Amino acid sequence: MGNLSEFPLRYKLFLKAYPWRCIDPVPWAPLKKPLKDTRAVVVSSAGLVRTDQEPFDDSIRGGDYSFREIPSDTDVFKLVDTHRSDLYDHSGLRQDPNLAFPLDGLRELAKNGRIGSLNHRHLSLMGSITAPGRLVKKTIPPEVRKLVEDEVDIALLIPV
Amino acid sequence: MGLVAAELERQGISTVAIQLLRIVAEKVRPPRALVVPFRHGYPLDRPADPERQLAVIEAALKMLEDQRLQPPAIVDYIPK
Repeated sequence: MGNLSEFPLRYKLFLKAYPWRCIDPVPWAPLKKPLKDTRAVVVSSAGLVRTDQEPFDDSIRGGDYSFREIPSDTDVFKLVDTHRSDLYDHSGLRQDPNLAFPLDGLRELAKNGRIGSLNHRHLSLMGSITAPGRLVKKTIPPEVRKLVEDEVDIALLIPV
Repeated sequence: MGLVAAELERQGISTVAIQLLRIVAEKVRPPRALVVPFRHGYPLDRPADPERQLAVIEAALKMLEDQRLQPPAIVDYIPK
């Protein structure tokens, strides 16, 4: 189950004491069109990269705040798990990266008309970012601007 | 992921975030969170099981369609 009991005591204490950034006010973008007409993007923090991309760097203090763009025609099974965390079991993700980067599932939904289409690029980052200031100020805004330019309507965000 | 979701929503993109820990959704307050009862490492249920993965995604899409939800919206996913 997704609960704190999965983790060692030191991490449970960290999670309880961690000063999470509370989003306030909470922004709200209602769906503006039927789902069947929307363009979708996946944003995953599972640390997946293509083989021609640099792995995420777990030596960066406070966490690696960079993104990798994953083209929509990527073979999901060729994505590489570069998340270094030893706090969870990586075996499922390595068996089937769709578990956190469901391009195949979204392709199926576009094919049967549940959603309109997939954006031509998707975003990957590595979670466990304990100091998110650079993420918020430096890297999120330009990546989101690209998605706005791509005329993306909906985003599915998936942690690991 | 909540911080990414917030910026996307500010720029007009509707988001739904899968969440493995309800406590994180309650503290961070992403606009829409689907809390799943799976272990870390398994956010969409089981590997190599497209049907079960699609069921989670479908629940997330339903949150996007639900005009009654108010921010921050937290919904629990109950697997069949």
